[in-house]
Amino acid sequence: MGYECVVCVKQVPDTTRVTGESMKADGTVNRAALPTIFNPEDLHALEAALRVRDQHGGHVTVITMGPGAAAEVLRECLYRGADRVILLTDRRAAASDTLATSYILSRAIRKLGPIDLVFCGRQAIDGDTAQVGPQLAEKLELPQVTYFEQFTDMIDRTVRIRRNVGNGWEILQARLPLLVTVLDSANQPRPPAAKKVMQYKRAHTMEELRRQLAETQPSLSEEQCEQELGRQVEQLQQRGLIINQWNLDDIQADLQWCGLSGSPTKVHRIQAIVLTKEGFTEIPPTEAGIRQMIGELIKDHTLG
Amino acid sequence: MNHRHYQGEVWVFAEQEDEHLSEVVLELCTKARQLADQLQVPMAAVLAGWNVRELSYRLIAHGADKVYHVHHTELEYYRTLPYARVLTTLIEKQQPQIVIFGATPLGRDLAPRIASAMRCGLTADCTDLEIGDYTDPKTKETHRNLLLQIRPAFGGNIIATIVNPERWPQMATVREGVMRLNPPDPKRSGKIIDETVQFTPADLSVQLIERHREPRKVNLKTARTIVAGGGGVGSRENFQLIRDLAAAIGGAVGASRAAVDGGFIGKEHQVGQTGTTVRPALYIAAGISGAVQHRAGMEESAKIIAINWDKEAPIFSVAHYGIVGDLNKIIPMMIKAIKERAS
Repeated sequence: MGYECVVCVKQVPDTTRVTGESMKADGTVNRAALPTIFNPEDLHALEAALRVRDQHGGHVTVITMGPGAAAEVLRECLYRGADRVILLTDRRAAASDTLATSYILSRAIRKLGPIDLVFCGRQAIDGDTAQVGPQLAEKLELPQVTYFEQFTDMIDRTVRIRRNVGNGWEILQARLPLLVTVLDSANQPRPPAAKKVMQYKRAHTMEELRRQLAETQPSLSEEQCEQELGRQVEQLQQRGLIINQWNLDDIQADLQWCGLSGSPTKVHRIQAIVLTKEGFTEIPPTEAGIRQMIGELIKDHTLG
Repeated sequence: MNHRHYQGEVWVFAEQEDEHLSEVVLELCTKARQLADQLQVPMAAVLAGWNVRELSYRLIAHGADKVYHVHHTELEYYRTLPYARVLTTLIEKQQPQIVIFGATPLGRDLAPRIASAMRCGLTADCTDLEIGDYTDPKTKETHRNLLLQIRPAFGGNIIATIVNPERWPQMATVREGVMRLNPPDPKRSGKIIDETVQFTPADLSVQLIERHREPRKVNLKTARTIVAGGGGVGSRENFQLIRDLAAAIGGAVGASRAAVDGGFIGKEHQVGQTGTTVRPALYIAAGISGAVQHRAGMEESAKIIAINWDKEAPIFSVAHYGIVGDLNKIIPMMIKAIKERAS
């Protein structure tokens, strides 16, 4: 027995650290000026999947879609115990909105073969839309349970899930396969395991190896470079340290549903938050000042 | 759905639970009425449930010309798939041009499922909706009278306007408490249209086993006045000052994320991007520096009083009254002044 679990994670700019310096003159955000992090709720999704595997057996496969640098969050997953990680990267996927993203992820998950559970964080902090989970469920023709907190029961192919709906909770019963979106209140994500960090810190994508080689041995000819790369890959592959990288052809995605052409929503305008109020009445921090302010508020019916 | 039906109606999903419409639905009706008038098309609400037909009259009083009503035992309690089936069936049949939902936990579960099935665009958590034109920067084609979907993005640091020019219906979820709510007009008339929807066995595969609702202890959204404390309050004990002032003016207690993260008060009190968006008649911000995420959730308040020792704090940029000083001294003075006026 055991469950085949897939977790979708995202590397995001740390939007809590936006400062004046990270805004461009045209009011858009200079993403390059922001540190990137593992999307917080996705860590809880990973933890939920790891717990299922640890208790019932099976495997945890993590997929992320993003640029080459997103391999970093995949290493983070390996440090925490993921069995397999896949980087989904392709320039043609750039500018995908949530609909196109969910389509691309669905193609990648279908390529994995039969699965039992898909876990997503409820939402990513750079978009705050919470749309990819439900849209991915629809694309995979799976039922969805959003706002997952815990499995209250897991017997064979039937699960019971407690979900938090803000003003209360409910328990749903569903048959696998199923997609859940996980809240940060679901669990406490485990820290990276020191042993696994030692084991996997050398796990890389082909693209990363190529870049490293170009940096460390710039004098190599193209041919020598490919030879050296081939040698490294073979060595790492034997030790399970190559991070799989898929593009849109690998997952047989229909390009019309990817990237810009697959995205029905278009950005019309972007404005930086501008402060609208023109100054304020400064009230001195004295009894007289405050008494007068309260008087004004009562007079204009704001109070009382 | 690729077809653009220019005479299509403007729809509101009438979320209800236990035979009560959620508050945001009436706000959506006010907005949808405006949009429909601008487009000169009818405004309709979709009401699904079990024995909820009576609610149609409230929707009509708040601006609906039509209510599409679906009555079925399987719809008594919300579950994603049967509700999604209702909406996709009706959307295909009636071809509305706009469908809006409350950005409630339910609306944010349902709307993306439908958008994916219809392969149409969806914008989450809008704070405003308008009708306007959009010119495609590449093809130079101008699309007239699109739904402009306005929302904060990137952790609230920017405001984005999103459009769905090609694939309709244009769908959006709208944040609770940010749209104006017009009073009902009991004289308005409208049509109730009873619709039937067929469910597949797969639609009914997820079962509700247990359900528990807590009465909202904190109702920030409907409070007329809110006193909110931030990290500057300093401690859980000292937060009593905020509660005392709120009690003196008969207001609700709010908090910034810093106060919640500091454990001074529960998360249900949080105002801002990740908490509740409020627009009371009076908002008093004490010891809140005013990070953009917080301001986004309260800057629409009619009057704002900011109390902070740091006169450079960004909260002052949205304040009407600013008091630079120690909140531990200022708040007792305010309580005293209010009690004097009351007696």
